[in-house]
Amino acid sequence: MITKRIIPCLDVRDGRVVKGVNFEGIKDVASPVDMAKFYNESGADELVFYDITASHEGRQLFTDILKQAASEVFIPLTVGGGINSLDDFDRVLKCGADKVSVNSGAIKNPDLIGKAAKKYGDQCVVLSMDVKRVDGQFRVFQNGGRIDTGIDALEWAQFGQKNGAGELVVNSIDTDGVKNGFDIEMLKAISDLVTIPVIASGGAGKKEDFLDLFNADVADAGLAASIFHFRQVNIKELKLYLRENNIEMRI
Amino acid sequence: MIAIIDYGCGNLFSLSRSLQFLEIDSKITGSADEIKKADKIILPGVGAFGDAADKLNAAGHADLLKELAKDGRYILGICLGMQLLFEKSFEYGEHNGLGLLEGGIFPLGEDISGLKVPHMGWNKLDIVRNDPIFASAGKNDYFYFVHSFYAKNCENCLLATAEYGVDVPAVVGKGNVYGTQFHPEKSGEKGLALLKTFAEL
Repeated sequence: MITKRIIPCLDVRDGRVVKGVNFEGIKDVASPVDMAKFYNESGADELVFYDITASHEGRQLFTDILKQAASEVFIPLTVGGGINSLDDFDRVLKCGADKVSVNSGAIKNPDLIGKAAKKYGDQCVVLSMDVKRVDGQFRVFQNGGRIDTGIDALEWAQFGQKNGAGELVVNSIDTDGVKNGFDIEMLKAISDLVTIPVIASGGAGKKEDFLDLFNADVADAGLAASIFHFRQVNIKELKLYLRENNIEMRI
Repeated sequence: MIAIIDYGCGNLFSLSRSLQFLEIDSKITGSADEIKKADKIILPGVGAFGDAADKLNAAGHADLLKELAKDGRYILGICLGMQLLFEKSFEYGEHNGLGLLEGGIFPLGEDISGLKVPHMGWNKLDIVRNDPIFASAGKNDYFYFVHSFYAKNCENCLLATAEYGVDVPAVVGKGNVYGTQFHPEKSGEKGLALLKTFAEL
């Protein structure tokens, strides 16, 4: 049976990892390539590179780095940030990305999901959504959670699947940064309505949070950034702990 | 030199880089002359079977591969490339494959229930038949799969399976012709080890 997945996310700005901190065994904590290698050796099942650059130069730097990481780390790589067109898909796929995550780009242009799925296959298209509770409704936000789009998250998830998204990343703005566990209620509401894999994001603070997530059976993978970057949770130990608790893990 | 056949199906970046990383001489090529000169051949592939089979035929690679396989040249098909080694596929219609291995390709979703399709993620190998290809990786190791169709009726060449509602053929092989349903170039250390073993066969 396939394993549950543990996915660290690297936010990259101007060619450097944001939030890179004191890592033992890494020379340059802000180097995306060194970080990628480190996580690969720790047993990460996939890596997400998130491009938070705004400038054209930064974008070029990002693809150079992606290429370098993809030449040294041989596990699935997902790339997100600034994906607004098929050209953007092309740009990152050529540099070694396996999956491309769309967020605001799909909100602005919902056709992008279907067009990309047709051209590159469903398995390549990840719909990433930032979701927050508003008046008892799960609402999709954009621009890093600042703008309420008014879109119902449950409808958006189903729209994504219907149009060819191969995976969903559900980032709960309500639990993000709180480190008190994933948003199981939100994840359940969404995963009950779709059959594609759901990746949970936002809220992980300790290894027990991943166990709760997988025991609730509301996600196929858990994604986190700072708890891995800040060494609050070590991926190897996390995976051993989960396996001891009967969650299938690749060790 | 290993020739990675370029016929316009799929992204060859990772495969090429993984061989480079292993310091194995390889070349992405669509040229019949270069393919003929290669010691070994890798047939990659992502996408739809029918389209890929048409492209292989149009480029003349299908006949070439059959000829080289007969001559004993080592061939490794990866993912859709593995599926193309079989006789037939029933992915949206009926299409002929290379027929280098006995068996056909069928929709996974019709044979499993309560599981997601595509079969995507890391899954563990169960070895069915010992083979030199497993010299450094295989038994109980995890590899990365992404596919919605799978091989059936292939007991003759079945080397390893991965459990996903059914026993999904994961490694197949007969003589000098091998195939993996998973992506060794995306399967971390174990995937690299398997590629290295193939290169050294």
